[in-house]
This record gives sequence, structure tokens and C-alpha cells, in this order.
Amino acid sequence: MANPLKCDVCEKPATVHLTQIVNNKVHKVDLCEECAQAKGVTDPSGFSLADLLLKASLNPETGASGVSCEQCGFTQNDFKKHGRFGCPACYDSFKGMLDPMLDNMHKGTAHTGKVPSRALERKSLYDRLNKLELNLNDAVKAENYEEAARCRDEINQVKQSVGQTHAR
Amino acid sequence: MTIASLIATPSELTDATSSKTAIVLMTRVRLARNLSGKSFPGWAEKAERAAVLGACREAVSAAPQMKRALSVSIDELTELERMILVERHLISRELSGSKGGAGVMISKDQAFSVMINEEDHLRIQVLRSGFQLKKAWNAINDLDSDLEERLDYAFSPTLGYLTACPTNLGTGMRASAMMHLPALVISNQMEKVVRAVNQLGMVVRGLFGEGSDASGSIFQISNQTTLGESEEEIIKRLGSVLDSIIEHEVNARAKLLEADSNKLFDKIGRAYGILQNSHLLSSSEAMNLLSLLRLGVDLHVFPDTARSLIDRLLIEAQPGHLQHVQKGEIEPTQRDLLRATRLRAEFANVGGPTFTINGQN
Repeated sequence: MANPLKCDVCEKPATVHLTQIVNNKVHKVDLCEECAQAKGVTDPSGFSLADLLLKASLNPETGASGVSCEQCGFTQNDFKKHGRFGCPACYDSFKGMLDPMLDNMHKGTAHTGKVPSRALERKSLYDRLNKLELNLNDAVKAENYEEAARCRDEINQVKQSVGQTHAR
Repeated sequence: MTIASLIATPSELTDATSSKTAIVLMTRVRLARNLSGKSFPGWAEKAERAAVLGACREAVSAAPQMKRALSVSIDELTELERMILVERHLISRELSGSKGGAGVMISKDQAFSVMINEEDHLRIQVLRSGFQLKKAWNAINDLDSDLEERLDYAFSPTLGYLTACPTNLGTGMRASAMMHLPALVISNQMEKVVRAVNQLGMVVRGLFGEGSDASGSIFQISNQTTLGESEEEIIKRLGSVLDSIIEHEVNARAKLLEADSNKLFDKIGRAYGILQNSHLLSSSEAMNLLSLLRLGVDLHVFPDTARSLIDRLLIEAQPGHLQHVQKGEIEPTQRDLLRATRLRAEFANVGGPTFTINGQN
């Protein structure tokens, strides 16, 4: 928010200045008359400050633009336009822009809730499998058959437990 | 199961009311989930959306909670059917207007609904009548854990469940309660309540979520933030906010009765008169009248048996449900006529009010 006199959404002169204290954190939003109406700020039945803050943190000055997500091709400009990300990997690709935003938006910046333990277990098995298969290839190439046999046995073992997690 | 049979069968929302649901009509917990390595629905190509829809349907239909569930694509539904699902809180307005490749699965008892390719790949929700936050969380947690056996969720150990919009990041959970707060509205305290609730990190919205109006004095209160707190902590915090809103509403009712009971009874009595005799009723007027009658039941002006009728009509007087009975779309003015006719018939047999202040415990 380089210039507090500009509307956070459309950059027209701001006339509505909103301060809200959520979870002991002060949040400020400056809006022009039109955007304030459009966002329902004047409507007591409620509006989403989170959405406003999201848009507000998308001022052109924040972060380097031109970054795009390797996985899905989503760009920072796309995010400015939609306010939504392209794919889960975007959270890594746009980390620099995201971190200050989350601080403003949420109670904390680290997840402390439920963990999909079954899915993570499955993922770690797959990761291990991939690594073993690479090792096996290397061992075969190096004609290290003892090592290759060991890898193969372990792969079979892991495959069995993957099957079990799926069957459960 | 078809949409028609779904509308005809009793549901948690339309048929489970009791005096326990006096101020909190309904509790809802929704979880946003996405599949790892797939673009979010808003960014995905058509083929990818279709693939995600297929994969999610398969995984969801294998869950015991979703046995013999209704499963439909949004583009197979008529405008009217979509409207009805929105009015029953089974799909969101956003899903109802979505492009291809979106679907919904609804459990037989209409307690669970799973939206596929809304803003996130999966939006799984559970509805419970009355104030049952913990029960609702346990129910949706079980369904989620079951789905996780078959679906690889996009999850980061530090950021939690990854969602299309960063405002849902972390737990991906939105827990909410639908509250009937007529006394706070009548005594002009709602603005104050909204402000206080906001400061506690909770949001107040109208009956149908973001941007909808609060006709009938029905509000949705939900958590604003999803990251940095566990699900149980959010539920607990929301629960205590709801408790204090209930207390304020109860106090406001007592104060209205104490200060000028005639004024309050006049409103309730007139509402009854209009519902029994009017010939044109708009949706929002009907909501406000039903809301006053509902308050009347709480104050023992009407017998407790009238509550289930009123709660059912709060849903069935909505445009979609009304037109469904008529088997087709009709003009808004015709709708007002139809609505008044329906309500006149329903209230013809509801006994007249008894106004005693002592009636209120």
C-alpha cells in the first residue's frame, strides 16, 4: 500500500477507510465510494474482509511480476485477475508473494490441523519406490548385480505395502 | 435416486426441527479438498475437469456414507432443479452457475453433499439441524478420512490442505451456523453484533451466503480464517461465539417483552393475519412473516407443533420450490399469487395466537 489515498481495488481516490481488528491484528483497507458499495462494506449484513485484503495485497508493487508456475503455467497476473491459484504447485511458485498475504489473512501462517496421514504414507511409499527404481537402474548399468538384486527385493517389498494401503 | 424423489423425501433440514432448533436452525461444516498434481477447476482444461469429476465420483461413491447417493452433473439439471438444490443448501450458487464438468453427490438423507469441480475439486459438507457443531465436524471428518484412502489430496505439511483460494488454505474448513435472530433485528442491534463477531474472526452473512440478504432475520455465522488453528480449535471458538449470540438474542427477546409486549405481539398477530388472508406475497415478505411466527412459537404464542410447518415453509416458499410444485417456471407476479395461496391454505388450520407474557418461561 504505497499510496494510502488510492482505492485498493481500482486505484481511484479512496474515500472509505476501513480499519478492522481481527484476532488482535489491525487490518486496513482504503476504498473509493464505488468499490465500497460494490463490496458491500456499507451493508451491515456483512462482507468479506478476507476477500478485500486479498485484492488489496495484489497491488502491482508487491513482488516481482512475470513469475509463472512451472506445473500449470499460471502467472502472477492471472492471480491478480482471478484471486485464485492455478494448481497446488502454485503455492511453491508464488511463495514470495503469498507469505505476507497469509500473515494478513489468517490467524497464523502454519497449518496445525488435520493431516491426511494415509495419503502421506502412500506418497512416501511412492517416493521410496521411485528412488529404489533409480538405484536399480544405476546398479544394472554399473553391472553391480548384487546391489541390483537387493534393490529388486526391496522394490517388491514396498510394492506389497503399497498394495496393502490401497486395499485397506 | 433422482432429483424428484430427493425433493419428495424428508430431509434433515425440512423435517428435523424441534424446540432444540429454536435459535440455531442448522449447523454446517464444509471442507475444501483438491487432488495433488491437478489444476484447480477454474484453471483446468475441459478434459482435466472431466477426469477429476470421474475420479472423485468413483472415490466418493465408495464411501459408506454415500451409499445409494444421488449423483448428477450440473449441466444435466434444469434451472429449476438447481434453484431447489441451492434453496436446500445442498449446492452453492457458484456451482449452480458453473460451466461443464461440475457435479454434485447427495447422500440419501441429504445430510452429506459433495460438490465436485466447484472452486475446489471437492467441497464436502454435512448439514445437521440445530446446534451440533461437534457432531457435524465428527461426521465430515469421518467422510474425509474415508475419501483420503482413495484420493491423493494436495497437502503441504506447512500450509495444510492446498485450495484454489488462499483464504481457505490450511484446514480448508468453513463451519457455520444458521441463526434466527429476530429480536436482535427488531431492536436494531444486529449491526453491533456483526461488528463484534467480526472482531472475533468470524463472519456474518445472509441466508444464502456471500452477498445474500438477511430476510427472515436468518443469518449465517462462520469462521473467517482457516490457517494457524486446528479444526477443533476453530469449532470451539465458533461455538463460544454462537453461545454468546444466543444469549444476546434471548436477552433482546426478554427486553422487548418487558419494554412493550404489545408492540411485539402486534407484529406477531399481524403476521399471522397476513399469512392467513393475503393474496400476493413476495418471497422476502413471506420470509419476514414466517420469521415473526417462528418467534411466536418460541414465545409460546403458537403451539410448538407449528414449528416444523414454519421451518418447512421457510424453504418451500422459496421461488424454486414453489415453481417445482407448479411443475414449471412461472412469472414472479404469478409466483406471489401462488405463494400467498399456498400459505393461506397451510395456515388455515393453524390455531390463533394466545398472547400471555407468562407463557415465556
